Amino acid sequence: MSYIPHTEAERQQMLDAIGTPTLDDLFEAVPASHRFPTLDLPQAMSEMDILTEMQALSEANDHAGDFAIFRGAGAYHHFVPSVVNHILLRGEFYTAYTPYQPEVSQGTLQAIYEYQSMMCQLTGMDAANASHYDGATSLAEAATVALEVGRHKRRRIILSAGIHPQYREVLKTYHQWGGLDITGDESVRSAADLADLINDQTAMVAVAYPNYFGQLEDIRLLAERTHQAGALLVVVANPIALALLKSPGELGADIVVGEGQPLGIPLSYGGPYLGFFACREDYVRRIAGRIVGETLDQDGKRAFVMTLRPREQDIRRERASSNICTKQGLMALAATVYLSVMGKNGLRHAAELCYHRAHYAADRIDDLLGYEVVRDLPFFNEFVVRCARPVAEINAVLSARGIIGGVDLTPHYPHLADHMLLCVTEMNRKSEIDALVDALREARHG
Amino acid sequence: MAGWKTPENLMYARTDEWIGLDGDTATLGISDYAQDQLNDIVFVDLPSVGDTITAGESFGEVESVKASSELISPVSGTVIAVNEALRSQPELLNSDPYAGGWIVRLRVSDGGVVEGLMDAAGYTTFCAQR
Repeated sequence: MSYIPHTEAERQQMLDAIGTPTLDDLFEAVPASHRFPTLDLPQAMSEMDILTEMQALSEANDHAGDFAIFRGAGAYHHFVPSVVNHILLRGEFYTAYTPYQPEVSQGTLQAIYEYQSMMCQLTGMDAANASHYDGATSLAEAATVALEVGRHKRRRIILSAGIHPQYREVLKTYHQWGGLDITGDESVRSAADLADLINDQTAMVAVAYPNYFGQLEDIRLLAERTHQAGALLVVVANPIALALLKSPGELGADIVVGEGQPLGIPLSYGGPYLGFFACREDYVRRIAGRIVGETLDQDGKRAFVMTLRPREQDIRRERASSNICTKQGLMALAATVYLSVMGKNGLRHAAELCYHRAHYAADRIDDLLGYEVVRDLPFFNEFVVRCARPVAEINAVLSARGIIGGVDLTPHYPHLADHMLLCVTEMNRKSEIDALVDALREARHG
Repeated sequence: MAGWKTPENLMYARTDEWIGLDGDTATLGISDYAQDQLNDIVFVDLPSVGDTITAGESFGEVESVKASSELISPVSGTVIAVNEALRSQPELLNSDPYAGGWIVRLRVSDGGVVEGLMDAAGYTTFCAQR
C-alpha cells in the first residue's frame, strides 16, 4: 500500500485557500540559497565499500569490551545473556510501540504483563506500568503523580541530593512552569534532615536507594514522617540492588522508579534505556502509560488485555496528560527476558557478586596511600574515594592502562573535590580489580 | 432516541450534570442521558470534603469503558459530602443516576443563584435534539 497523504489537486486547493499560487511561493520566506543547497557529497559507493567505510568509522570509537570499566553512576556494565538479544531481534517483538489493536498481539501483551509483574516483585509495589524513557523521566512522572494526589494544592517537592543529579535536573525541567517549591537538594542531607523539610504543603519526598554515592540510607523514619504529613515517598532504586535488599515497598515507599538499564540492556552510548515505574494500588489512576492485565477469553482461556490507560491521549483526548505510546517497550522486553533467564536466584547471585567485588575493591583501595574510601554508610556496589590528586589526572593514568575510572564528583558536588565515585559489577574479575589498584597506586605520584 | 429519565425536581446543565437544591445545599450527579452515552462507568474521581468548587469548572471525572469525562459544577460552593460508595461501586452511576449515584453535596456559596440551567422538560428536549 502506498502512503500518499495529499493528491496534487488537494495541494492546489490548500494553496488556493491561503492565497499562494504555487508551492515555490509558499517557501519564498526561505532564502533561495538555502532552499536547494548544493550538498558536497562523495560519489555513490557500492554496498561493500560502504561497509568498509562504516567499519572504519565504528572502529574510531572505543568499545566497552576493550576496557575494564569501573564507572557506574547511572549506567551499569552488567552481563547480558545472549538470549536477550536473540528474543529482542525477533520480528514479532522488534518495535517500541504498543500495537494499536493491542489484544491481537497477545505475545506483546504477555511480555508487558510479565515485565510489570516482575517489577512489582522487585520493588514491593502493587502495580507497574509498561515503562518510561529512562530513570530520569520516571522520576519526573512520579512528581506528576504526587502533585495530582495532592490535587495540585501541595506545591513542595523535597529531593535528596543523593538522587542522580541528572534525574533531578529532568524533574525540574518537566515541572519548571508548575510554580513549585522544589527543595532539599541544595546540599547533601541525611534522611532525618530531609524529614525536617516536610510541611503540610509537601506533595512528595524523593530519595535514592542506593543513593548516587552507592550508599544505603535507612529511610523508614523518613517514610513515616512523609506519610504523617500526607505526602508520598518516592524511591529511586537500582533494580540489581533490589535483588539483595529489602524492597522499597517494605520500607514504606509509595512509588518506586528507576533506571532499568542494568537489567539486560547494554551501555550502548547512553541509550535507549528503560524507565521503570511502580506504585501502590491507590495511585494507579494517576499514572502515565498503560497497565496490561490478565483475564479469561470467551472460551475460558488465559488472555491478556490492555487494562488501564488513565492519562493517555487515546482515552482522554484533549485532556490527556501523557502520550507515551512510544514507551520503551523493546527495552522492557529486554528486562523481562533478562529477569526470567536470571531467575530469582541468578539475579541475587549477580547482586552478591557486585556487592562482594565492590567491597574487595574498596578494602584494597582504602589500603593505598593517598586514597580513602568514604565509609559513613553501608554501600552496595558503588563507593566514594577521596583522592590525593584531581580525579581527571588519575583517570588519565587509568585510561592509558585500559581502565575507565570513576566519575569525578566535583562538578555536581563542589564540596566533594577530588572525590571519585567508583563502581564494581560482576563483570570486574579479581584480576581486573587488582590491576585497578595497581594503576591507582601508580597514579598517586603522577 | 428518547426515554431517558429526567426527574421534575431537579435542574440540568448543558454538560449533563443534574443539581438538586435544598436551601443552600446542592446535590450533584450526572443525568440518565449522560450515563447512557458513557456506557459502563468504571471509575469516578471524587473531590474531597472541604474542597472549594467553582461554577463552570471541573470538580471530578467519570471514566467509562468508552471515554473519560469531566464533571462540571453549575454552582460554586464547598464540598460537604461525597458519595463514598462510588469508589467501590462506580456502576451506581449507571443503575441509579438520580439517587444511589449522587456524586457530591455542596454548601452553595452565593445563595444558590444558578443561571443557565434547564428544567426537566427543557433538558428532555435538549437531549432529544442531540
